[in-house]
Amino acid sequence: MDLIKAIEQDQLKEEVPSFGPGDTLKVHVKVQEGGKERIQVFQGIVIKKKGGGIQETFTVRKISFGVGVERVFPLHSPKIAKIEVVRRGDVRRAKLYYLRERRGKAAQVKEKRF
Amino acid sequence: MKGILGKKVGMTQIFNENGEMIPVTVVEAGPCAVVQKKTEEIDGYNSIQLGFEDLKENKITKPVKGHFEKYGVNPKKYIEEFQVEGSETLEPGDEVKVDVFSAGDVVDVTGVSKGKGFAGTVKRWNFNTGPKTHGSRNYRRPGSIGAGSDPARVFKGKKMPGHMGAEKVTVQNLEVVKVDSEKNLLLVKGAIPGPKKGLLTIKAAVK
Repeated sequence: MDLIKAIEQDQLKEEVPSFGPGDTLKVHVKVQEGGKERIQVFQGIVIKKKGGGIQETFTVRKISFGVGVERVFPLHSPKIAKIEVVRRGDVRRAKLYYLRERRGKAAQVKEKRF
Repeated sequence: MKGILGKKVGMTQIFNENGEMIPVTVVEAGPCAVVQKKTEEIDGYNSIQLGFEDLKENKITKPVKGHFEKYGVNPKKYIEEFQVEGSETLEPGDEVKVDVFSAGDVVDVTGVSKGKGFAGTVKRWNFNTGPKTHGSRNYRRPGSIGAGSDPARVFKGKKMPGHMGAEKVTVQNLEVVKVDSEKNLLLVKGAIPGPKKGLLTIKAAVK
């Protein structure tokens, strides 16, 4: 088991910002286009975090031209250049699937007050 | 020579250079010792015998001891014969390590699959199950196994319940993703037959 942990450890990123469901993120994704690499930003609300270690993923949801878009990112993927936390959300559950059924103002997440 | 003995460690995932996640099986392979070299003149065919993992002192029997002493190798737990290209240059006592493989190679992996015991047709042959409700009492039964008075027998090879698993299985054309010669590790893309710690034979792909 230790051998597998050691292999996974090599792949993990050293620094990952701490964030949770409800937070608004800016995910900087590396995109290959015609042999060139550029950065694309995907901004939205984290609706779930899942798994641990190298398998850990998070799902970001945003509304794009009136259509809900969700992207699942592996947390330690080398395709992610940077993760920026824009806003901390105040939520009561770990999985925010209820946002999928809501539109407009009802689909908002309160900001966390410290 | 592209062949080695190893043990399955387990499965995990790694990112490749494109940032894609790929499932890999970790194999602890070698170092193996060349025990016997069979040649056309003496044995009728060419092959090389590899030994893997030292045998415990109290497990060594006299015949085993004699065989290994003849070639000047420490007694090994597992012995396997390889008929692969490039084995002519090896001599008894030589070591075969994981670095015979490199990333990108295509290999065939042989192991003994996990035993499933006496299994029914649903598990063993993927038969359909019967309905669970509406008065059905035919849940996981095999159904009819043939016609009646003609042919008056059951055809050979009819799929029936019986012992499943614990048999030799080869998975062909798996890609070697990474080779760690320091830790004697091979990372092979995809699943490999057998339980963790199960013995594996890894050879260059035949097709």
